[in-house]
Amino acid sequence: MVNEKRSSASDPGYRLAPFLPRPDRRGRFGAYGGRYVPETLIPALKRLEADFKSAWKDPAFQKEYRRLMHEFAGRPTSLYFAERLSSHWRRGRIYLKREDLNHTGSHKLNNTLGQILLAVRGGKKRVIAETGAGQHGVATATVAARFGLECDVYMGKIDVERQAPNVARMKLLGARVIPVESGAQTLKDATNEAIRDWVARVDDTFYVIGSVVGPHPYPFMVRQFQRVIGEEARTQFKQQIGRLPNLLVACVGGGSNALGFFTAFMKDKSVRMLGVEAAGCGLHSGKHAASLSAGRVGILHGSAGYLLQSNDGQITVPQSISAGLDYPGVGPEHSYLKDSRRVTYTSVTDDEALAAFTALSELEGILPALESAHALAAVRKLPARRTTNQIIGVCLSGRGDKDLATVMEAAESGGGGKSRNKS
Amino acid sequence: MNRTSTPISLARRSQAPRLRMDTSVDFRLRDLFTVGKPVIPFLTAGFPTVSGFVDAAVAACDAGARALEIGMPFSDPLADGPAIQYSSQVALAGGITMPRVLELTTRLSARLPIPILLMGYLNPISQMGFARFARAARAAGATGTIVPDCPIDEATEWRSASRHAGMANVFLIAPTTPDERVALIDAGSTVFSYCVSVAGVTGVRRDVSESTRRFLRRVRRVAKKPYVVGFGISQPEHVRALKLLADGFVVGSALVKILRESPKPRAAAGVGRTIGALVRAAE
Ligand SMILES: Cc1ncc(COP(=O)(O)O)c(C=O)c1O
Repeated sequence: MVNEKRSSASDPGYRLAPFLPRPDRRGRFGAYGGRYVPETLIPALKRLEADFKSAWKDPAFQKEYRRLMHEFAGRPTSLYFAERLSSHWRRGRIYLKREDLNHTGSHKLNNTLGQILLAVRGGKKRVIAETGAGQHGVATATVAARFGLECDVYMGKIDVERQAPNVARMKLLGARVIPVESGAQTLKDATNEAIRDWVARVDDTFYVIGSVVGPHPYPFMVRQFQRVIGEEARTQFKQQIGRLPNLLVACVGGGSNALGFFTAFMKDKSVRMLGVEAAGCGLHSGKHAASLSAGRVGILHGSAGYLLQSNDGQITVPQSISAGLDYPGVGPEHSYLKDSRRVTYTSVTDDEALAAFTALSELEGILPALESAHALAAVRKLPARRTTNQIIGVCLSGRGDKDLATVMEAAESGGGGKSRNKS
Repeated sequence: MNRTSTPISLARRSQAPRLRMDTSVDFRLRDLFTVGKPVIPFLTAGFPTVSGFVDAAVAACDAGARALEIGMPFSDPLADGPAIQYSSQVALAGGITMPRVLELTTRLSARLPIPILLMGYLNPISQMGFARFARAARAAGATGTIVPDCPIDEATEWRSASRHAGMANVFLIAPTTPDERVALIDAGSTVFSYCVSVAGVTGVRRDVSESTRRFLRRVRRVAKKPYVVGFGISQPEHVRALKLLADGFVVGSALVKILRESPKPRAAAGVGRTIGALVRAAE
């Protein structure tokens, strides 16, 4: 029953199986998704859909992708039993899927490696990306360097300031970081600007979207590139403890690490799933980024889904201590999974995430990304149990080095999650 | 292919089964292309102020504009360049909401003899509800809409809501649109479609490129309905360069710049002068 294969250079020990619920012909998961973009981009999106489809089925593409995932990215990442954290919190036995150990420090590289191969296949010379925390920007700059493509990364001016280490990394990798001063100067505005760039240079440019958002085929394609997380984890659970977990937990910004983690388990009825959004200063404060928990259905960045917006349909400015979760929308498949109730969604505040950050650092010697700390914090909020045979898998989507300044600043201002943050 | 026939015969030829839909569209819009080549200003509702906007619209009309596009400001206008982004932000900060846009439309449609089109993004429209918005817009005196983030493939529900309200749908055609899609968009647009001169966002551009001309020649071969050209049109030379290749001209960012840069008493006159020059070039 278990995939017994050991890792080797030619066979890293995981398979990329074709998947079940795919979007319909119009690129929709139920009522969500679609392709709400300017006409200029429609032909490029149709071509991308066809290119992705043929590449995904092409053994040569799969082989190259898997080789890079193994040799360049360092996959498979480990599944680690966080023993001290588990006994401390008594919520169950917590296993961490260590995407923080992936090259560049987060799950984002799984996706950018896939997309850069498509860009090269399509003969593109230039890639662009949007980034919030800078992790996707770094992952894109990394693969652009590896394949010798020009790379421009759009980043909100506020994020440029609060994620300075990642800005430096991108520059060292040879990318140009373009600070975005329009709108709220964070991830949604960087995304607008990247789309505008793509509209103007669709002929020679490949747009590397960083999450399961945007117009079809991006949400589907990015999920396919990320699903390796759950495929590895499923095999690892079986190998390491001989059973599947009871619960999977992942943070949800756009939702790529969560779908990457969940997808391989979708058919396992016994496995429950929890997606964790950023509640910022609290859902009632209005200062949060919890699109699924507190938003309404609308259309942004090319697809329909849950959104933070005013009654008048203007997109409102999200807020979270974590730049990577600071997005007013969410991937269409999550919107669908929320309605279908296959996945439960919850949210945790800045303060709760900071406490989880500290706990993991002190008890396990792992500094998590603030995004991933949200997933941990949701575990902490589960009811305490005396017995511990519940198995909880947490996607540790990234490492926390990029967040040190934010965390230190929060600690100095009394550990509260309320004072700092962008204005 | 020659297409100088009237929109009514065009409608009959290209979409006979939907003739009833077209007849319910305001006659001022239907007749827009029967004589000459209309110049159509785009103005963001409430920019730079409510009165500044109204004055500019009136000045444009007096200077010979044959239709008016009113921009409905949106927080995330991803098809727009910096000028219209700016005007949208100012308008939103000044308290312009969708109901306010419709109020201003009511005011202008009572005052101006020319057809009004509303241009904006899908999310605010969908929050009001497609059917409700279409009816309210028609009641305010608008004759149709242009929604740049709603390509024809996603427009089924929106088109049917518009049709029931007697509102025209004008879809965009881009230089990247292949011929089969040009035909599809031409057939799906009510009365006319809208060619974006370049692959890019709205904004003032120096000159008209040969590739724009090639693109419009291609559209001319395929399209059965009239089409206007916009994005980057600001100078009489632009209009002259494209005069034989398009049926009308939309000017937007250039007007926003005038409204942004000139002191208030002179702004509307500046808009009037620019429109006047374009109208003469289009004659
Ligand atoms: C480490 C990490 N985790 C999670 C996210 C959120 O994105 P997603 O929900 O697509 O996984 C980000 C985004 O920047 C990130 O850097």
